[in-house]
Amino acid sequence: MPTFAYLAPATTEEALAVLAEHRDDAKVLAGGQSLVPLLNYRLARPRVVVDINGLPLDGLSVAMGTLRLGALTRHAALEESLELARSCPVLREAAALIGNVRVRTLGTLGGSLTHADPAAELPMVMVALDAQLTVAGRDGRRTIAARDFFTGPLSTVLAADELLIGIEIPMTRDMGGAIEEVSRRAGDFAVVATTALVRVDRRGRIDDARLAVAGVGPTPLRVAAAEEALVGSEPTAERIARAADAARASVTPDSDAFVSAAYRRLLVGVLARRALTRAVTRALEVS
Amino acid sequence: MRLSLHINGRPREVDVEPSQTLLDALRETLGIFDVKEGCGEGVCGACTVLLDGRPVSSCLLLAATTAHRAITTVRGLEDDGELHPLQQAFLRHGAVQCGFCTPGMLLTGVAYVQGHPGADREALRHAIEGNLCRCTGYAKILDALEDYARETKRG
Repeated sequence: MPTFAYLAPATTEEALAVLAEHRDDAKVLAGGQSLVPLLNYRLARPRVVVDINGLPLDGLSVAMGTLRLGALTRHAALEESLELARSCPVLREAAALIGNVRVRTLGTLGGSLTHADPAAELPMVMVALDAQLTVAGRDGRRTIAARDFFTGPLSTVLAADELLIGIEIPMTRDMGGAIEEVSRRAGDFAVVATTALVRVDRRGRIDDARLAVAGVGPTPLRVAAAEEALVGSEPTAERIARAADAARASVTPDSDAFVSAAYRRLLVGVLARRALTRAVTRALEVS
Repeated sequence: MRLSLHINGRPREVDVEPSQTLLDALRETLGIFDVKEGCGEGVCGACTVLLDGRPVSSCLLLAATTAHRAITTVRGLEDDGELHPLQQAFLRHGAVQCGFCTPGMLLTGVAYVQGHPGADREALRHAIEGNLCRCTGYAKILDALEDYARETKRG
């Protein structure tokens, strides 16, 4: 591993001062499950590693129709949270799918979002949930919609002297949600992953539908064509199949050494149908 | 930097570089070789230790971040010279081939079954999916885990 200086600031202000001083020479260490492999392989060579684990950015709370999560919330805490089981089960489902159990012990929500792997579960789910990300800088705080946060593979709008501190999610307790993904081996990043959220109104029609897809582009995507195919309709198998077809038709994935673009597109259709079907079943239970 | 690590119930003072992983500090600095190094990227599970009772990859953890936290290696499973019930189950079922994955399998298995007493084979299979056995001796490992999980249910 390359040598670096190790700093462990005790407050967010202190951390921001350190980042402002070192900018691109500094790397933020949260759970370390993406950064430490990069260090081990010398793909990252920071001069300074800024350990933020001592900052008070942990915790999960629900108030006034909003779910608030600290950036240092561990995947294991999401996976095991009884509060999330009630208020946002789809986020719990996403956390349980991440990496292996050791990654989930240490890995953090903020770390996954700022690392921004295009196939990762949490960025995709945040895009589906219309989450708002709160970022602190030396001049104050700003809030960014999850959809606007990701700019490309491993790239976000976060500046070198900024820190993601918290995530706010509007409550979706009246929606049914589900995640479906295919990965090559247990613990691998997904080849394609989909998140579906559906709400059914009193007349039995879908009045809100969201479909997010990961693994088919530089960032997680919302598939408007599929969402439009559902809203206003009864949640029949035919209608879900039509929305899944629309999803497949609207993505333009690339091929890589393991998976062709055609197979990825096929997966989008199949996984969208499965996720929407499960989401509808759950939506009918909670409506 | 000087650190106080808490390993298998004993405090150990150690000098580490900020860039040293816990795996490196355990093996190279402290000579604790029951922790194995496999892939170095958190995938294989050979370097699993328990941190405050939860499994982590010691290759993906800077030693500097582990001061004053409880670190358990496979040696820490023994109680007063007596092997842990899961270790005994591994012996009964011959669940060890080359042995390289065994410390990680044991620690992952113990942590999981303690949280899920009586877990069934399917759940156990899922629980160890992040621990690779390159001898592919999974059937006997699962037999041993299942046996141990049954004991925890009775107890």
